[in-house]
Amino acid sequence: MDGVLASLAQAAPFLLKGAVYTVVLSIGGMTFGLLLGFVLALMRLSPLKVLRWPARVYVSFIRGTPLLVQLFIIYYGLPQAGIRLDPIPSALIGFSLNMAAYTSEILRGAIASIDRGQWEASYSIGMTPAQTLRRTILPQAARVALPALGNSFVSLVKDTSLAATIQVPELFRQAQLITARTYEVFTMYLAAAALYWVLSTALSWGQHRLEARASRHVKA
Amino acid sequence: MTTMIEAAGLTKRFGDVTVLDAVNLAVAKGEVVALIGPSGSGKTTLLRLLNCLEAPDGGTLRVGAITVDGGRPLARQKAAVRALRQHVGFVFQTFNLFPHRTALENVTEGPVVVKGVPRATAEAAGRALLARVGLAEKADAYPSSLSGGQQQRVAIARALAMEPDVLLFDEPTSALDPELVGEVLAVIRGLAAEHRTMVIVTHEMAFARDVADRVIFMEGGRIVEQGPARAFFDTPQEPRTRRFLARLRGE
Repeated sequence: MDGVLASLAQAAPFLLKGAVYTVVLSIGGMTFGLLLGFVLALMRLSPLKVLRWPARVYVSFIRGTPLLVQLFIIYYGLPQAGIRLDPIPSALIGFSLNMAAYTSEILRGAIASIDRGQWEASYSIGMTPAQTLRRTILPQAARVALPALGNSFVSLVKDTSLAATIQVPELFRQAQLITARTYEVFTMYLAAAALYWVLSTALSWGQHRLEARASRHVKA
Repeated sequence: MTTMIEAAGLTKRFGDVTVLDAVNLAVAKGEVVALIGPSGSGKTTLLRLLNCLEAPDGGTLRVGAITVDGGRPLARQKAAVRALRQHVGFVFQTFNLFPHRTALENVTEGPVVVKGVPRATAEAAGRALLARVGLAEKADAYPSSLSGGQQQRVAIARALAMEPDVLLFDEPTSALDPELVGEVLAVIRGLAAEHRTMVIVTHEMAFARDVADRVIFMEGGRIVEQGPARAFFDTPQEPRTRRFLARLRGE
C-alpha cells in the first residue's frame, strides 16, 4: 500500500500537468466549437441554399467519420499538403471542428424549437431579425440547448484522451508515459480515470447551475 | 376625417388558395373596426397583412405616411416594413409574451431596443401602462405565473408601449377561459373610449356591437358586408351575413 501511495505521489505532478492540457483542450475545443457551431446553425437555418448546403455537408462529414481519423488527418496528413502544425494546435483545431458539427445540430434544433409566435411578437414591435435572434430567440434556445451542450462538453473532456495519439502530453498520455517507466499500470490508469471523473463531475455541476439560471422564469 | 389605414387590392395566396382576394379597406383615424366572419374567411390573414406579418401577393398598404407595395417582396422594403410595424401594435390570440422576461421587461423591450428610449424612462412609462391595464403589482412577475387574462393585458401594454397609431387585435379573447374574457374586453373598451384607431378580429358579437364603430363581415377572402355596428347586427342585408349571425345565435 505504501508503495502505491509513494508512486502516486511521484506521479501526481505529471498527471496534474496532463490534466491542465486536458482542461485547456476541452475549454478551447468547446469555445471555438460553439462559435463555429453557431455560425453553422445559422447557415443551416438560412433560406439560402448556398449557405445551407455547405453546412449540411460539413456536419455530415464530421459526424460520419471518427474523431481519431480526423486528428490523424490534421496532424499526420496535412504536412503532406505542406501544412505542418504542432500537436497542441492540431488537437485544438481537430476538437473545435468536431465540436462545431455537434453543437451546430444542437443549436439548430434549439432555435427551431422556439415558437414562431416569438419571432412574430418581436417583429410586431419593430425589432429586426438580428435583434429578435439575440434578445428573444437565443435566450430561450439556450435553455433548450444546455442539457445537450453539457453532454457534448463532457464527451469532449473524455475524447481529449485521443490527443495522446498525436503526441499531446495530456492526462492519458502522461499516464502512459509513467506506466512505461514504473509498470504501475493499474494504479496509474485508475488515477487518470479518477481525474477524468472529477473533471466531468465538476462540469456537470456547472451545467446544472447554468440550467437553473436559464430556467428562472419557469414556474416550479 | 383623415384615413389612417388604406389597403387597396390587398391579395394573399397560400399555394393555389386565394385567402384574400383584392380587399379594399379604409379605416379612419380614431375609428374602431370589428372584423368578423367564419374561420377561413381571411379575417385573420387581413389583420396580419396590416402588420406585414404575412407578405402580400399584391395590392398596396398605407398606414399614416408609410406605404408598403404588395407587388414587391417585403425583404426589398425592410425600412418601410419596420417603420410600419412601429406605428402598428399587434395583440396576438396566444399573447406571445416573451417568457424569459418579466411583465415590465416585456413592456419596455420595444421602446428600449427599437426606439432607444433610456431604460429608466421606459420603465416609468411601462409601470404606468401596467397600472392602466390593472397589473401594477405584477411588474416583476414572469408570464408563466400570470393567468391568461393577465398575460393578454400585459401583451396589450407591450403593444401600447410603442405608442402606436393603430392597434390590431387578433381574436384577443379566444384563448382565454370564459371567466377571464371580461377583464381583457374591459381594457379594450377603455382604449376604444379614447378613440384610438383599432381593428379587432373577434367572435364576441355583443362586444363588437358595443365597442365598434363599424363591423366588417368577411367570407371567402372578400368583404361581404359592412356597416355601422348597430345597424349591421340589427338589420343585416346580405343573406350570408344573416346565416352567419343566425348560426352564432344558435338558431
